[in-house]
Amino acid sequence: MLSFALALHGITKRFGSNVANDDISLQLHRGEVLGLLGENGAGKTTLINILFGHYVADTGHIEVFGQRLAAGSPRAAIGAGIGLVHQHFTLAPNLTVLDNVMAGTESLWRPVSSRRKAREKLHALSLQFGLAVEPDAKVARLSVGERQRVEILKSLYRGARILVLDEPTAVLTPIEAVSLFEALGRMAAEGLSVILISHKLDEVLRVSGRVAILRAGRVVAVRAAHSVDRSALAELMVGRRVLRPPRQESRAGEPVLKLDKVDTRGGRGTRSLSGADLVVPARQIVALVGVAGNGQRAVIDLACGLAAPRAGILEINGRTIRRASAAGMHAARVARIPEDRHEEGVVGDLRLWENGILEDLDDPRFVRLGWLRLRAARTQTARLIADFDIRCTGTEQRTRLLSGGNMQKLIIGRGLDAEPRLIVACQPTRGLDEGALVDVHTRLLQARQRGAGVLLITEDLDEALALADRIVVIQNGRVSAPMMGPRYDVQRIALMMLGDSETRATSQLDHAH
Amino acid sequence: MSEAFGILLTTTLWAAVLRIATPLIFAMLGELICERAGIVNLGIEGIMTVGALTAWFCVHVGFGLWTAWLIAAFAGACLGLFHGVFSISMAQSQHVTGLGVTLLATGLSSFVYRVAVPGNASPPTVVAFTPLDLPWFDSPFLSATPPSYLAIGLVALAAYVLRFTPLGLAIRLVGEHPQGAQAQGLDVIAVRYGCLVVGSALMALGGAFLSTAAFNSFVINMVQGRGWMALALVVFGAWRPGMALLGALLYALFDAYQLRLQTLLPGIPYQVFLMLPYLFAIAVMVPMARRAIGPHALMTPFIKGER
Amino acid sequence: MRIEPRDHRPALLVVLGISGACLLMLLLGSLLIMSARAPVWASWLALLKGAFGSRLAISEVLTRSTPLILTGLACAVAFRARLWNIGAEGQFYAGALTVAALGAGMLNLPAWLLVPVLLGAGALGGGLYLLGPAMLKHWCNVDDVVTTLLLNFVMLLLVSLLIQGPMRDPMSMGWPQTEPVIDAVMLPKLMSQTRLHAGLAIALGCALLIALVESRSSFGLQRRAVGHNPSAARFAGISATRIAIWTALWSGGLAGLAGAVEVMGLRGYVTGDLSPGFGYTGVIIAMLARLHPAVVPLASFLVAAIFVGADAMGRAFNVPSYIADVMVALSLFVMLATSFVLTYRIRR
Repeated sequence: MLSFALALHGITKRFGSNVANDDISLQLHRGEVLGLLGENGAGKTTLINILFGHYVADTGHIEVFGQRLAAGSPRAAIGAGIGLVHQHFTLAPNLTVLDNVMAGTESLWRPVSSRRKAREKLHALSLQFGLAVEPDAKVARLSVGERQRVEILKSLYRGARILVLDEPTAVLTPIEAVSLFEALGRMAAEGLSVILISHKLDEVLRVSGRVAILRAGRVVAVRAAHSVDRSALAELMVGRRVLRPPRQESRAGEPVLKLDKVDTRGGRGTRSLSGADLVVPARQIVALVGVAGNGQRAVIDLACGLAAPRAGILEINGRTIRRASAAGMHAARVARIPEDRHEEGVVGDLRLWENGILEDLDDPRFVRLGWLRLRAARTQTARLIADFDIRCTGTEQRTRLLSGGNMQKLIIGRGLDAEPRLIVACQPTRGLDEGALVDVHTRLLQARQRGAGVLLITEDLDEALALADRIVVIQNGRVSAPMMGPRYDVQRIALMMLGDSETRATSQLDHAH
Repeated sequence: MSEAFGILLTTTLWAAVLRIATPLIFAMLGELICERAGIVNLGIEGIMTVGALTAWFCVHVGFGLWTAWLIAAFAGACLGLFHGVFSISMAQSQHVTGLGVTLLATGLSSFVYRVAVPGNASPPTVVAFTPLDLPWFDSPFLSATPPSYLAIGLVALAAYVLRFTPLGLAIRLVGEHPQGAQAQGLDVIAVRYGCLVVGSALMALGGAFLSTAAFNSFVINMVQGRGWMALALVVFGAWRPGMALLGALLYALFDAYQLRLQTLLPGIPYQVFLMLPYLFAIAVMVPMARRAIGPHALMTPFIKGER
Repeated sequence: MRIEPRDHRPALLVVLGISGACLLMLLLGSLLIMSARAPVWASWLALLKGAFGSRLAISEVLTRSTPLILTGLACAVAFRARLWNIGAEGQFYAGALTVAALGAGMLNLPAWLLVPVLLGAGALGGGLYLLGPAMLKHWCNVDDVVTTLLLNFVMLLLVSLLIQGPMRDPMSMGWPQTEPVIDAVMLPKLMSQTRLHAGLAIALGCALLIALVESRSSFGLQRRAVGHNPSAARFAGISATRIAIWTALWSGGLAGLAGAVEVMGLRGYVTGDLSPGFGYTGVIIAMLARLHPAVVPLASFLVAAIFVGADAMGRAFNVPSYIADVMVALSLFVMLATSFVLTYRIRR
């Protein structure tokens, strides 16, 4: 009987109360390409970190070619033949390709590095798998596609027989992606086993023999790639939940946010927008859905005042915005809920009342002649605590001690209290439990009733379906035409999110009308 | 004018250049090794002082010159280890730890010296290194003390190790991307400790040169900011041993030359000349920071397993 | 073996930690005293007496702590905003020179105006000297530690240049110094027949003011936000550039004020050795005070007491007064270690 290249038995991993991996068992055959699908938070990254020894699983074990793998040791994983090509490359930009590949492979006590042999070996591997690289180029100068090739070669150089690629095509152009898949095909033909983690259904199905789907930490399905129904797969990945707060009819008002053929400058690692059109009318919730990394950050930066368009027009309440100013957005009555409440939403080490007024330091209610009006600030925050039911020990508590849900309530309360005209809500329910989630949804709907326009940026399709008056899909820096609710074609939206090429073509036809 | 150039041809000038440069070379090399692994060692000034005191003291009580140097290097290594306990294992700020080490080491050196040589007596001298006459080079330019040759040799060795050996590559990777190094199976903590210890030993030798070669006794406040100049030289040399050596020699040439130039150019105060290296070092740092030259992970503490 | 942060600090551990720290200090200090072949108990007593044993002693401690309070505040203010100002020494001299230049009779102002104007000028001098490195860091990401450090030496050379040249006092014999400032500029004494001068009041006033500003002003809140979480501060609309500029002026200003006060309170002129390392000691004091402005005066008193007491110990038993430097440095490390043990837990 052929033994498996890799076998995971009952892997479970908890972080506090969050179960990241729940009793996961998977097998990988030799010479097979296995696609691992799942949205953000499904547990893929945790699983890979356990495999590669960066985390230790709470229960379960892993066998590589029949041998048990020692937990918690990257060196053991490398020794067993596992190679990881991480989404965020671990290459040192100031060193050359050859340096990066060779580092750590020879004993540190050798007087001379055998660079010539290394160079030959690298060259041979390059040819064997069709991964062309320049050994003496500094990594900083390489394109993303080239860097990825170096990452892959790093693992192959160390004799990896099992290669795990985490979202490899997320940052590649279509042409680079094609050449990557050719290389993967060649690897499989040479007897290597590959686990391909991705969101992109289309590509995964093209390259993989089998696909496994992860959701909420569990394996929900394993199918053979050629025989699978794509739409059903999409639904399996995205999942469904039950609770929906009541929603009333609401007629659209004047646009509070308008993007007109906007291009942005892409920062390091963020996808830039090209020709994006988006309208958020008053008294409507517009949900911008998409898989992470497709340009949401650019939209968020524009709407929150952290960036200005490179081309095209950005309008808030009918006024064109030319310069990026977070304080200006706040003054224009835009309430902003950032996607990472710890990183951008609050300053954890400050007290609740300090965070409560942090955006309002120009407001004479709270600041007089440069001095804080402590009583007014505390009263204001106490009111927020009462109105928004924030569980805490009082206005003096350090904000980082609040639970995620309560912290979010503070951020939302702070924003909604000012009767905003536009609310930019970025992943507002990420990491929240059901109760907090319903509360956030209720507040957003109430704000909509009171006349605000809401831009809801989310990866959670369920949330969008429950709340939105219209849905737009963002994919690869482009924003689709809006789809009107209240009834939506879920499968179509899911496929558009995942970059399915057929659906994209159809939606572009819609745009043209 | 020809007099100005004439000075360049005298042996005494070049001997002075090497004498001024050597402690800087040792110190700069030590700091470079630390920084390549990602640690800024601000204890350099204090470690040099300890090295100066230790070497002088050992010769004073009867040890041979090279033995004294060995002991001085050991003292420096111990201080490096001490630094590492706080900056690596306890992940404290490298800046604060380094400055604390400088204060501690300088204070300790002065204290020990005063206990050994009480009162206001003039500092007891020792028999220092004498210039070595190389038999096959009959040039008046090359008459320097043995430690100077050692310093230059060490620079060559360091350049070789960093560029051509697996150890050098490991050091460079740890300084550029410690998480990546860890993922490739390297022990980041061990590499950082190793570099800190070796680097500190070299810094101590720089101080030892001052008290047993450049001069022949120890005086309190002997190091006079040379350690900080060595810091600037590392930046000036873009963290490469060869370039930094060049910088040290240029600085020393400048320093030796200006002492003699003073008599020729009475208009400009000498302080202006002395300021120039510092200002130049700062100016050089700007484009380097812009282009992110320098070990990427310099000054960031590394907590094992943290991603 | 790895370290991870504790969730809470058991009170017992805090008490043990601090007492352990103090005991360790006493032990290490005693070792040094023994190495100097001096009697341990008697030496410690001499230190205590030398620092606190008489009116004169206490006045000396207070006098010595005045510049330390100001440089300590300068470093604390900077470090809280992640600006690593190691250049307090240079900024100190910048302030001192400014006062010496303007205070020798050049300004024609009534006496009650002269003092505040000169203090302000000294502060401004120091603040401007830090502005350069701070902006280099903010815009170009140039390391502030190295730039501020190197500028110390540039300033020392400038001082040497000026007091031997354009600002030289023609009446001084031997040691070069600047012309003394006019009498109207000098600060009044706080205690008769001692060196204690009104600079202490100014220093304490600054500490109080800074503590208030940091905790109760809009500017202080913005600074703290930027210091703790720059991304969130930016998101909330706080301008990091404005904070950086004012922080530099403020921190450098305090160090410059230290120099101004030292000239106007004690000597009346600038010499090359006006500061025995006040700027560097300020860094240590800021760290010992854990960057709390209200604690800086306390840390300064303690450090000054150690220095004054060590002088007495030296006179009594021939223990070299450098023991003070060693003790202060050791106290820093002991504090770091204690803080580490209280903040982190070691796990296998």
